[in-house]
Amino acid sequence: MTTPPQFEIYFDGEPIPCRDGWTIGAALTAAGIRSWRTTRHRQRPRGLFCGIGVCFDCLVTVDGQPSLRACLTPARPGDEVRTQEGTGR
Amino acid sequence: MSADLVVAGAGIVGAACAYYAAREGLSVTVVDRGPIAGGTTGAGEGNILVSDKEPGPELDLALLSNREWRELAGLPLDGETFAAAVELEHKGGLVVASRQASLDGLGRLAAEQRSAGVQAVAVPARRLHDHEPHLAHDLAGGYLYPQDMQVQPMLAAAHLLRMARASGATVLPHEPVTGFLRDGERVTGVRTPRREIPAGAVLNATGTWAGELAALAGVPVPVAPRRGFVLVTEPLPPMIRRKVYFADYIADVASDSAALQTSAVVEGTKAGTVLIGASRERVGFDRAFSLPALRLLAAGALRLFPVLDGVAVLRAYRGFRPYCPDHLPVIGPDPRAPGLHHACGHEGAGIGLSLGTARLVTQALTGGTPDIDTRPFRPDRFGTEAAA
Repeated sequence: MTTPPQFEIYFDGEPIPCRDGWTIGAALTAAGIRSWRTTRHRQRPRGLFCGIGVCFDCLVTVDGQPSLRACLTPARPGDEVRTQEGTGR
Repeated sequence: MSADLVVAGAGIVGAACAYYAAREGLSVTVVDRGPIAGGTTGAGEGNILVSDKEPGPELDLALLSNREWRELAGLPLDGETFAAAVELEHKGGLVVASRQASLDGLGRLAAEQRSAGVQAVAVPARRLHDHEPHLAHDLAGGYLYPQDMQVQPMLAAAHLLRMARASGATVLPHEPVTGFLRDGERVTGVRTPRREIPAGAVLNATGTWAGELAALAGVPVPVAPRRGFVLVTEPLPPMIRRKVYFADYIADVASDSAALQTSAVVEGTKAGTVLIGASRERVGFDRAFSLPALRLLAAGALRLFPVLDGVAVLRAYRGFRPYCPDHLPVIGPDPRAPGLHHACGHEGAGIGLSLGTARLVTQALTGGTPDIDTRPFRPDRFGTEAAA
């Protein structure tokens, strides 16, 4: 990261540096995390695919709310992001 | 290249007819101007329903089709069964009423349907949750229709075409019919941008666009588009077991109104997403999304299943049902253009009705005795008035 972090969010309990205007998906990717969901039937890893809100591959659970698109969801200080297994419900 | 039968249209109806005809030993070529299941088949919910039909010709065709789906279900396919490959689920339908008057109407319909061979089981309000645990708690009651089924329509069309090919058929997507070969009045094949295909018979299975194709042969078929939207939720754990809909859906289906009508139809899918329908309106081929229609669909679904509150909608899609003025499909040989057959105009029921239609078409082509009376479906029943 070339610019200093402004706040932290948490991914499965670990702090992740973040900046204003980043999405959850941007923060996770900047931290080198590429997968934050497993598929419903075969538990395969998933992360960003289209990156523009269309494919719904990057679903993640934030502050207990499942199936948010990481690529569109703005990161806020202190967000508790959790790996989503299956439907997350 | 020549064929006993050219099928125009690679949707579910064309695919079913191609398979049934090829299975009977006919040489079959399927052409479509676009991809497989690229029209209405790719935009539906996969209904195989008897519950929403009043006694009459359409219910007869639905019952015939229902038997055919059950027949195909167990066929081996790719190391599994046809049913597994096409996500055919014998899930049953649950029709519910919010008020006693509406429930009484359902009861009268169920009694008539039973005399026509439909299984319909009364479910009192206190037992509704045995069938659907997440259903709203203030409903008056409902009827369970065990024969109702659901299928993934694009998979069904694709596999039926594969099965047709295994019986010798040729499938040519992205190849539109641009004209007919004629011998006097008789239709003797089709012309495409790539070739001429002489044929013993040509089947018009072009769904909502069947009027355009028929016009190329100089015969009017009054099929018009009736638009519908479907909402798709995020994948959820299994929580909706059956096809569940409000009684007013039946009246909407039967209505002649062009204005927007919505009635809640909710069902889970194998993929976990929940499909929410159904809207009907006649606005031509306008593909624009209508926020009012989508809002009404969402509200209707919440009325049936309050548990859906807070569930995200991933997307919506829309399609154009092939609507006929008398709500019956057009099936059989066209006496105005010998050699031309039709299998179109099934409105919102084409997925379910495709297999029975394929039986009737094949019986007409091979000189067999039709399973049911086909006269209500005859192509020239509309008189001389062309499609609007």
